[in-house]
Amino acid sequence: MVPLSWYILLSTVVFGIGVIGFIIRRNLIMIFLSIELMLNSVNISLAAFSHYLQSMTGQILVFFVITVAAAEAAIGLAIIIALYRHKPSITAEEVNLLKG
Amino acid sequence: MDLQDLRLLAPEIVFILFALILLLLDLMVKRKEVIALTGLVGVGISAYINYRLVKMGWLGGVLQDVFLFDGYSNFFKLIFYINLVLTILISLRYMKIEQTSYGEYYCLLFFATSGMMIMASAGDLIVLYLGLELMALSTYVLAGIIRRQRRSAEAAMKYFFLGAFSSAFLLYGIAIVYGLTGTTHLKGIASGLHELGLLNNPITLLGLVFFIIAFGFKIALVPFHMWAPDVYEGAPTSVTAFMSVGPKAAGFAVIGRVFFDAFAELDIQWSAILVPLAILTMATGSILALSQRNIKRMLAYSSIAHAGYAILGIITGTAEGLVSTMNYLMIYTFMNIGAFSVVILLRREDLLGEDLEDYAGLSKEHPVAAALMLIFMFSLTGIPPTAGFIAKFYVFMEAIYSGYVPLVIVAVLFSVVSAFFYLRVVMYMYMKEPGERVELSMSGGMGIALTITTIMVILLGIYPSLLLEFVRASVLG
Repeated sequence: MVPLSWYILLSTVVFGIGVIGFIIRRNLIMIFLSIELMLNSVNISLAAFSHYLQSMTGQILVFFVITVAAAEAAIGLAIIIALYRHKPSITAEEVNLLKG
Repeated sequence: MDLQDLRLLAPEIVFILFALILLLLDLMVKRKEVIALTGLVGVGISAYINYRLVKMGWLGGVLQDVFLFDGYSNFFKLIFYINLVLTILISLRYMKIEQTSYGEYYCLLFFATSGMMIMASAGDLIVLYLGLELMALSTYVLAGIIRRQRRSAEAAMKYFFLGAFSSAFLLYGIAIVYGLTGTTHLKGIASGLHELGLLNNPITLLGLVFFIIAFGFKIALVPFHMWAPDVYEGAPTSVTAFMSVGPKAAGFAVIGRVFFDAFAELDIQWSAILVPLAILTMATGSILALSQRNIKRMLAYSSIAHAGYAILGIITGTAEGLVSTMNYLMIYTFMNIGAFSVVILLRREDLLGEDLEDYAGLSKEHPVAAALMLIFMFSLTGIPPTAGFIAKFYVFMEAIYSGYVPLVIVAVLFSVVSAFFYLRVVMYMYMKEPGERVELSMSGGMGIALTITTIMVILLGIYPSLLLEFVRASVLG
């Protein structure tokens, strides 16, 4: 059986990749995917904890996270499209109207 | 489970019902005034049910205490009702000027507010997360509702990315705490941490830090504030007024709930983390506001600084400190929406009315509007006899009682710095020669909103015990 610590390690690494991706990536879609990576790393650790503790709460939360992530994807992509109509580009540098 | 418990959910159920009614109504009626009026009726019904439930003394938890109907949550719900009513009143004319008179606007305001209400009542981290997402997803869309403006879409995008980033941190914090204690229930976490001897565990501290990051984003604590100025400037002004109060108050509500319920025994640790953040927040908010020419951006930095003052009450870690923070948030609601209402007054079809120059000589042509702005600016600075003074006074006093004297001295110093940019607006209005003629976009709803906010700002400044006794009663029972 795979020990709990391996799952936690995997989840931490995936979360770290997500955070780094969010910070260094310049493409809006890639930034968005980094956030999805962070959410799913949480799902890994929640499911692992849930199995380890023999409690259902973690798995219930996983389902909620998946649902909310789907809603978030719909709204996020809609916002990116709304922005794309003003300026046909999806790099973060082009989003520079507001500053100061 | 007891079905009778569900009656304590009635305010939220009515609220969501009305949100759906507004969405349907938008298909049938052309006049947006009807939708706004129905919305106001909905808030009234929900608030009345809430009031009746409290009067009958039916306080308690629903579904094994995952949803708490207590004085604390009801006080925050009152802030959300007031926030929503004032926002609807100031938006009617403004959304027409922006040519964005959509029915969904009111529906989204309702969904966002019901999310906040769920957050304030959450007794379980899962409910807290769902309430937070309901609020956040609705406000992302609200920020970008003026589709034909590029700056509105940009604001929505920045808000969305940083908001989603912060909720991932919240989830990781929840996962850590769940892994340690085996529960997501706030009371259960507190007893779990105590019984399992996890209070000095570094992983517990990591979970706590993740919670502070996530909530810090919502209330715009420095260094998690970078979205706020851009979003506040780009979003429609009525939405800026809405989200500078609602989500911030909701953020404070969950901070109070999670830190005072779940992490009560770790108060030394979270106070130690929050003190430097509070100083940074007050400093950044006050100093960066000095160089702003755009009034919405200036108010954004001012609202960052205000979060820094309000968090002082939380830092004390006492129930009285929490009372002073809640008192602060209620007063902040009135003065901040009041200030944004005057900003909206200056918006016309051909004038943005956001530049400081647009306020030059306002007192000569529109003495009433200038006088109202004067009151709100005095109140935001914290000059007696306005309510803003009372708000700051009680927070500082509680912090001194708890021994944070150096912190309060820093706070007072930054409060003096903030006087410069607030009073600069007053200087422009009263001492500069007017430029081109400015017409105000006055409307009935706007008049009511301005009257309410002005009366409350002055009344609470003269009779502070009115509100303070009420907050005490709702928190301490």
